[in-house]
Amino acid sequence: MASVESAERVTRYPDLVRPNEFTQAELGWVPWLEPKAVEDLTDEDYAGLVERARAGSPYFRLLVRDPVVLGARTRADNDIFYNTDAGLGRAERELSAAATSRTNGCLFCASVHSRFASLQAPSRRDDVQRLLDEGIDGDQDERWTAVIEAAAALTATPSHFGPAHVAALRNAGLDDQAIVDVVQSAAFFNWANRLMLSLGEATPPAA
Amino acid sequence: MSDLIDDLVGIVPGSALDDLRAKRPVARADAQATYEGLIASPADLERATAAERAAIGYWVSALSQADGLSAHYRGLLGAQDEAVLAAIDGALPTAVTTGPYGAFPAGPLSVEDEDGLDWAPTAELRAAVGDRLAAALAHAHLLTFRPRDSSPDALQSLLDAGWTTDGVVTVSQLIAFTHFQLRVVAGLTVLKETI
Repeated sequence: MASVESAERVTRYPDLVRPNEFTQAELGWVPWLEPKAVEDLTDEDYAGLVERARAGSPYFRLLVRDPVVLGARTRADNDIFYNTDAGLGRAERELSAAATSRTNGCLFCASVHSRFASLQAPSRRDDVQRLLDEGIDGDQDERWTAVIEAAAALTATPSHFGPAHVAALRNAGLDDQAIVDVVQSAAFFNWANRLMLSLGEATPPAA
Repeated sequence: MSDLIDDLVGIVPGSALDDLRAKRPVARADAQATYEGLIASPADLERATAAERAAIGYWVSALSQADGLSAHYRGLLGAQDEAVLAAIDGALPTAVTTGPYGAFPAGPLSVEDEDGLDWAPTAELRAAVGDRLAAALAHAHLLTFRPRDSSPDALQSLLDAGWTTDGVVTVSQLIAFTHFQLRVVAGLTVLKETI
């Protein structure tokens, strides 16, 4: 193995004004490791990026250093959140992602998915903001409470998700397909939060 | 075609859970494809060896008390390197805790900061598994229990221990994906019991 002298160094941002509140505004994100250069992307890398436009994102150009895994991750993400054949509505899948991100403490992921939840359910923007401001214990209606509590219980380590969460989701009107969507959207953000939090950091909204 | 999540939850063809998973066919297939690309049959064993990959999957699932998945990864690691398995088993009792905890960027959220175990490998563990894997285990503990404490210093520790940038991306995916996988298993197992 290589000696202790390391050829590779992380990138630091000493002058960055770090976002320190949960927000629905559009935060940015910068990588601590060097993304792959656009001019070095191969056909296999573009297959891993799934959508060619993702080559513009430093996050995806960093993850494309393992292209097979990025491709599988991205296709699973799209099916969990955008396959609307039955199951949970789009807004509540985003709510599950936002509640997971609120629990783990990913300001960037929470900003994206709280914003998406509000876009899908414009009349609920204040409810989404309350999740960000007050956390998972903030007041919500029965259905959103059940989704938020299920996502948070599944996000705990070890998982606290149990039959009472399933019963609460059913009482709030979710069928079993919708419950699978709650589980998979919260599980997926336990994947995404850990990548976003550990490979770089959030930047303030563009002025 | 075997599917690890189906196997661990006990989902048989034609069952209610089989039909529910079939409605999200790409998520099902690509969860399995990720497992194969990261652990079961990865293409690049130089950036991370088969034993390192199995060790990280085992460590993360065992720290998370995900019994079915950790038993599976324990078997994979045992087949690769029994000495590393014994060393990790020895380290687990003082490493297991509950999460998530950690600190937010200083400001209004600081009132939600929570202290918890800041685990580091002992000299004995480092000697048994090597500095490179020991650094990955420390990083996996950080991301398992206190992901919001992540830092460029933590990544630099991986580079200093001999991981390449490509290797750090793969280690990060191994840790993060295992957290997805163990929660899909946990959630579907509970749902199955209520159907």
